[in-house]
Amino acid sequence: MDSYFSILFSEVYKIIFLLVPVLVSVAMIVWLDRRVWAFVQKRRGPNVVGPFGLFQSLADALKYIFKEIIIPASSNKLVFVLAPVVTMTLALISWAVIPFGEDFVLADINVGILYLFAVSSLGVYGIIMGGWASNSKYPFLGAIRSAAQMVSYEVSIGVIIINVLLCVGSLNLSDIVMAQQNLWFVIPLFPMFVIFFISALAETNRPPFDLPEAEAELVAGYQTEYSGMMYAMFWLGEYANILLMCAMGSVLFLGGWLSPIDVFPFNAVPGPFWLIFKILFLFILFALVKATVPRYRYDQLMKLGWKIFLPFSLFYVVLTSSFLLYFDLLPGK
Amino acid sequence: MIAHSVFFYIFSLIAIVSAVMVTVSKNTVHSVFFLILDFISISCLFIMIGAEFLGMIMLIVYVGAVAVLFLFVVMMLNVAEQKGQWFSSRWDGGTHIPVGLLVSLIIFFELIIVIGGWKYKPDLLNSLSINISNEVTNTRSIGNVLYTDYILLFQISGMILLVAMIGAIVLTYRERAGVKRQSYIKQISRERDEGVDLVEAKRNKGVKIDA
Repeated sequence: MDSYFSILFSEVYKIIFLLVPVLVSVAMIVWLDRRVWAFVQKRRGPNVVGPFGLFQSLADALKYIFKEIIIPASSNKLVFVLAPVVTMTLALISWAVIPFGEDFVLADINVGILYLFAVSSLGVYGIIMGGWASNSKYPFLGAIRSAAQMVSYEVSIGVIIINVLLCVGSLNLSDIVMAQQNLWFVIPLFPMFVIFFISALAETNRPPFDLPEAEAELVAGYQTEYSGMMYAMFWLGEYANILLMCAMGSVLFLGGWLSPIDVFPFNAVPGPFWLIFKILFLFILFALVKATVPRYRYDQLMKLGWKIFLPFSLFYVVLTSSFLLYFDLLPGK
Repeated sequence: MIAHSVFFYIFSLIAIVSAVMVTVSKNTVHSVFFLILDFISISCLFIMIGAEFLGMIMLIVYVGAVAVLFLFVVMMLNVAEQKGQWFSSRWDGGTHIPVGLLVSLIIFFELIIVIGGWKYKPDLLNSLSINISNEVTNTRSIGNVLYTDYILLFQISGMILLVAMIGAIVLTYRERAGVKRQSYIKQISRERDEGVDLVEAKRNKGVKIDA
């Protein structure tokens, strides 16, 4: 029993040291998103609070904390309160398996990539619960849209993951990174990387696929009835999910913590910095897409997911596996 | 080991209570939420016995896809049938009780057969010829069995699922008249000649547009 508690406490301490940086970086990333967006539109963006406006997110959080939480009288109260909690929790628990460096990971489990995929597919529940429990038209429509959208794009993300796994031969995220020592998967699987990026946009309800919260049609979608800290939790969960998708993209395609070239000044930089650098790179791409691309129509979104991405990534699975088989490169023999 | 059994009892308690709540709760959407909770605790139990692959697949397939569709359908039905009273359900006069009784009787006898067989012949469940070793990850060992010994069954079940899927699509497909479809190829390949017609317009007469 004693050893159990000592293990428990050492794990709790590790978890806190993982979660606090993640939460702080989520706040910072919101600022970065707004700055990039403003930069594209030739505005200044948040620049008043603190140097370069860095503390804007903290000021926003403070404002949200002091706002009143309004729970609609006709809502299903328990589910209504649970929805943001579910979103936030699911966005945070997936960080447990992201490898920040060699042996620098909270839980180095054998089925790491499946865990990531499972948790990201659970993410839809926060949105559905919020939309349904609000008992109002716009949130409900937003929830229905988001359920269909996220299930559709998960399918193509799953097939893309299969492509990567064919080249690795293991479901462990550290193994996936180590398999890219000679060649990052973004080079042989470049089309898959592009599709993964676009599907990640759809999976996290980012523009141009932000139909669940399309303000012109649905006010704010599933978030319409939320206020104060509950709204802020949805918001933080969304950004934590975006960061997670960027982390997943860098682990699967951009070589995780590995340096781009294995020569002195580059490989002396510790692994976590490279991973953070890659996550930031992908995030800035996300922000640029938000600033430049107009919103999709719903039928175009579904068509893109089911009729273009799914057949193409399935075709690529066949291509990858036959290539590996023909040149006798299959791993794990 | 104590911690292990404590977690086992927590998860199995959650699983049983939520399974009961699925049938007891009056609101259909709540039932689906309890079903999801049930799936999640079952997958936790799978992970606890070391079947991590099965646990994750359970989460991805049942919670991530099947239950979402359940929720989707149940929520849609609620909207269509009970406008304004989403959070209440109604009693249909008990016409479904005989069918429900029949189904639960069959399940009950099946359970008796399984448990009885296990009681009288304990090696019934252990008579599998699969060697389980701790050195190979269970993803790999499932793959080894599934794609060698059971490849035929695996492919047959795949074919059955494909037929079922196509059947569902064929049964629900109906062609609707007057739907304008967007064809990207048509839009992109439009030339100036087809799109624009230059007409000499006379003063005060205008142009007659046909079609």
